Amino acid sequence: MRRLLAALLLSLAAWPALAQLSIEITGAGAQRIPVAIAPFAGEAALPPGVTAIVRADLERSGLFRALELPRLVPQPSEASTVNYAEWKSRLADALVLGSIAVRADGRFEVRFRLYDVVKQAPIGGVAYTVPREQLRATAHRIADYVYEKLTGEKGVFSTRIAYVVKRGARFELQVADADGANEQAMLVSNEPILSPAWSPNGKRIAYVSFQNKKPIVYVQDIEVPKQNVVANFKGSNSAPAWAPDGSKLAVALSRDGNSQLYLINPDGSNLRRLTSSAGIDTEPRFSPDGQWIYFTSDRGGSPQIYRMPASGSGEAQRVTFEGSYNVSPRISPDGRSLAFIMRNGGKFQAALLDLNTRQVQVLTDSELDESPSFAPNGRQILLATVIGGRGVLSAVSSDGRVTQRLTLSAGDVREPAWGPLTH
Amino acid sequence: MRIIWTVLVASILTACAGTQSTDSQPPASVEDRGAKPGAGAQAAPIGSVDLTGRPVMATGAAALKDPNNILSKRSLFYDFDKYDVKDEYKPLVEAHAKYLRENGGTRMLIQGNTDERGSREYNIALGQRRAESVKRMLLLLGGREDQIEAVSLGEEKPRATATGEEAWALNRRSDMLYPGEY
Repeated sequence: MRRLLAALLLSLAAWPALAQLSIEITGAGAQRIPVAIAPFAGEAALPPGVTAIVRADLERSGLFRALELPRLVPQPSEASTVNYAEWKSRLADALVLGSIAVRADGRFEVRFRLYDVVKQAPIGGVAYTVPREQLRATAHRIADYVYEKLTGEKGVFSTRIAYVVKRGARFELQVADADGANEQAMLVSNEPILSPAWSPNGKRIAYVSFQNKKPIVYVQDIEVPKQNVVANFKGSNSAPAWAPDGSKLAVALSRDGNSQLYLINPDGSNLRRLTSSAGIDTEPRFSPDGQWIYFTSDRGGSPQIYRMPASGSGEAQRVTFEGSYNVSPRISPDGRSLAFIMRNGGKFQAALLDLNTRQVQVLTDSELDESPSFAPNGRQILLATVIGGRGVLSAVSSDGRVTQRLTLSAGDVREPAWGPLTH
Repeated sequence: MRIIWTVLVASILTACAGTQSTDSQPPASVEDRGAKPGAGAQAAPIGSVDLTGRPVMATGAAALKDPNNILSKRSLFYDFDKYDVKDEYKPLVEAHAKYLRENGGTRMLIQGNTDERGSREYNIALGQRRAESVKRMLLLLGGREDQIEAVSLGEEKPRATATGEEAWALNRRSDMLYPGEY
């Protein structure tokens, strides 16, 4: 199985990463791991469909193909003896068997086991005892387990995303599971909301709201619907970004004229200025190691991406050179690449810059991409785009080959932010 | 398109002026007037900041509303990703600077706007820069710092909600607004 994955990764690496070349989206990657997920014994009597969620999660990643299975009699479970030849004949490389049972206390016992069909050996399994309302989360945990065992990387199916929905004149800051389920409103306003940013521990969100008629930066606990003002100075207060240790935020303020970068504590204390340029400085982002701040600046005549030491001492270095409009820098979790929005002809498209080779790969063929956001495992980039005049979210694999459109609800969806791994 | 729009605004301003009986009414929002004509345009509510100035003096207010007076024009338009005040708007800014000098008690809010393309955050900064460039020129021409505030609405409050260059050109704009107009 590992060998198969290695071959898959190699083939992806061999994909020509030519600068400025738009890659046509073909849907899923050419080589996906075929996995059989048998309906869990006892599952038919339950509403949420645990295995359907596992299947959808794995398919959505673009790295797996969930096999269609006939009705299996008798229904196998993690306790069954596995007939590897039978599963091999169904062309499965991996197999998930499991069961769900209601306990006397009303909670559910969910058990599963993952098998390597090629090697004809069990890989491992887990048993969970959970209340009904956590069955969905349990399904995501199972998908995370399968994903990690078969790819060697963390799954992100248990993470959450934040985004802004505009319905008519109403703006909503929403938080939902990574698959769009369990939407929960953080803030509803008749004025625009922008730039949600998750704290590193996933417990708080910083964002910009116009509710007081101008952009002001707030921080709010996910579980407590109370806003705390972080930055409310003269002019615009915008673009919050958390330091990796959660101790401070970088923000863009125009209190001294043009938009410049500052550091501020989440409680609004200890403001210090980071940049003093003659132009616009905005969209700060910390590198994952906390050493650098990447940002957008027009100091060279057109908006480009720069980086500077997060300490504030030291020269800014220009990072993007091709094109006349490169904005919205986002560093990958491994620190090796930079997602951003570039003007490409008349289009605004998400692109990926390899920070070592300096090669740029355009990730989409859309017209108006905005606000890229890496999945915490770096495998996908969530972004806002416009389809048929409507704002939608799109998740593109970081090799540009797999695109998933996230249709969440009616209205314009925008400003996505993928939350961190929390377990 | 810009010229057509200006003519439309002027004709509607004339209509408005004809229906207003006294000068003591606060001037109607310039944004509302401009927003009515044109496909896809909507009357975007004007954001405001805590800028509480005295109402414009009656004599001054008349000039601000008189469609034959340059002071009735409030908007400057820009090219994509540009914030410099074009030469064609210099007489307009000079007229408003003179008005600010002669009406020392009044105040002005400048709102910078951008089109929908590119980064929302960069557009907040760009809108701010547009508003600041107008403010700087007004200060050089004798307006006072405590009379003028510059804010940005970025791409968040488009006057024209359609997509395409005509709408974008309308939205790349700074508006000079007096108390009662935002």
